[in-house]
Amino acid sequence: MRIEGMTAGYGARRVLEDFSLTWPDGGVTALSGPSGCGKTTLLRCLAGLQPCSVRVLELPPDPVLLFQEDRLLPWRTAEQHITDVLPRARRGEAERWLDLVELAGEGARYPRALSGGMRRRLALARALACGGGLYLLDEPFTGVDEARAGRILARIRALGVPVLLSGHESALTALADRVIPLSGPPLRPGPQVGNPFRHF
Amino acid sequence: MKGWRRFLARGVLPLAVWLLVWQGAVWYLQAVRGIRTDLILPAPLTVARTLAELAGTAEFWHTTFLTLLRIFGGLLWGVLAGTALGAATRAWKWADWLFSPAIRVIRATPVASFSLLVILWVVTGWVPVVVSGLMVLPVVWGNVSRGIAQTDPLLLEAARAYRFSRWKTVRLVYAPSVLPYFASACHTSLGLAWKAGVAAEVLCVPRLAIGTQVYFSKIYLETPALFAWTLVVLILSFLLERALGSLLVRLEGGMRHAD
Repeated sequence: MRIEGMTAGYGARRVLEDFSLTWPDGGVTALSGPSGCGKTTLLRCLAGLQPCSVRVLELPPDPVLLFQEDRLLPWRTAEQHITDVLPRARRGEAERWLDLVELAGEGARYPRALSGGMRRRLALARALACGGGLYLLDEPFTGVDEARAGRILARIRALGVPVLLSGHESALTALADRVIPLSGPPLRPGPQVGNPFRHF
Repeated sequence: MKGWRRFLARGVLPLAVWLLVWQGAVWYLQAVRGIRTDLILPAPLTVARTLAELAGTAEFWHTTFLTLLRIFGGLLWGVLAGTALGAATRAWKWADWLFSPAIRVIRATPVASFSLLVILWVVTGWVPVVVSGLMVLPVVWGNVSRGIAQTDPLLLEAARAYRFSRWKTVRLVYAPSVLPYFASACHTSLGLAWKAGVAAEVLCVPRLAIGTQVYFSKIYLETPALFAWTLVVLILSFLLERALGSLLVRLEGGMRHAD
């Protein structure tokens, strides 16, 4: 996957300035860097939700983004959040996606009845159920304990869809196939490294 | 038991206090000032007796039904048009440019001016329908428009990111967000529709209408009848408000649980 010459910002403030990055297709790639360095902006640009200019962009089709915020609908149950993004013929799969993020049996509950970590996992399940050629996960495990995050990430990896996730928890990046250190703004890539702490 | 206690405390007791104040004022005028009150302030019992007499005639029910129908018709078209225009003026700039100034003019125009103007355009019986609808429309338009503007942009972006169709976005994001604003507009509109509709009836005097009865009661100085017809308006308004309230609660519940 390749990004070349990506520029984006908010008004006069440039967050990405002629940013380029290449990383292998498949597996879980973690973007690691301090808060505010531009990881979220990069993921939003890749999802097509943030205006940007780019010279070359080689990505799988239909990338889907898990937002940094949960963005759940207070008037929809957990199960409805999943069925809302599934095609009519696949509505029966809702329980499978809830099970993947360890929310089995919680389908009838509304977001207000879920804890912060559970809401985060529901938001993750919704993004995963939505499908696409690339999962862009912005801090997917905020409020989720490490052991559970590891189990969920293993299941996501088994889906066979490439994942690009951001986060600054070392425990999380340790679970990825590769870690791309970043700094900024404007966002700058560091050298690509294999993950010496990989558990899988 | 708790419900009954609440009903007594919040409904019956304040009503009883105000009835006592009314009766006290009548006693004061009669006993202390020596004024015959039937013309200026009839006693509550006199009004109740007049109402009972009126209710015994078929004309009363016919009149009440037709006024109810007119007000309900006005409310319905006002709410539908206000909702549609609220959505349109938010969705398209040209609609905002075209309709918003006109709706603001409608909002600022007095009921009397509208009634006298509309008499020239439509048959007398339809004037209250048109006028009450015109009074309701700007309120619903304003609230629906505000509700749409206040819809969380983060949720709208999520709907776009998760490939919701336009209809699904309206059904699952916009409609539940706008519903509290819409419900508030409906509650306000109901009272407005009654006031404007009956005022229009008083001004255009259709053959069978509460407003017409109010007008003739005033002309012939039948003050107890004036009070009795006003009481009918109050009771109907209260009942309609309760019915509308429960309808909106069910609608909200339905929308929250709709799949």
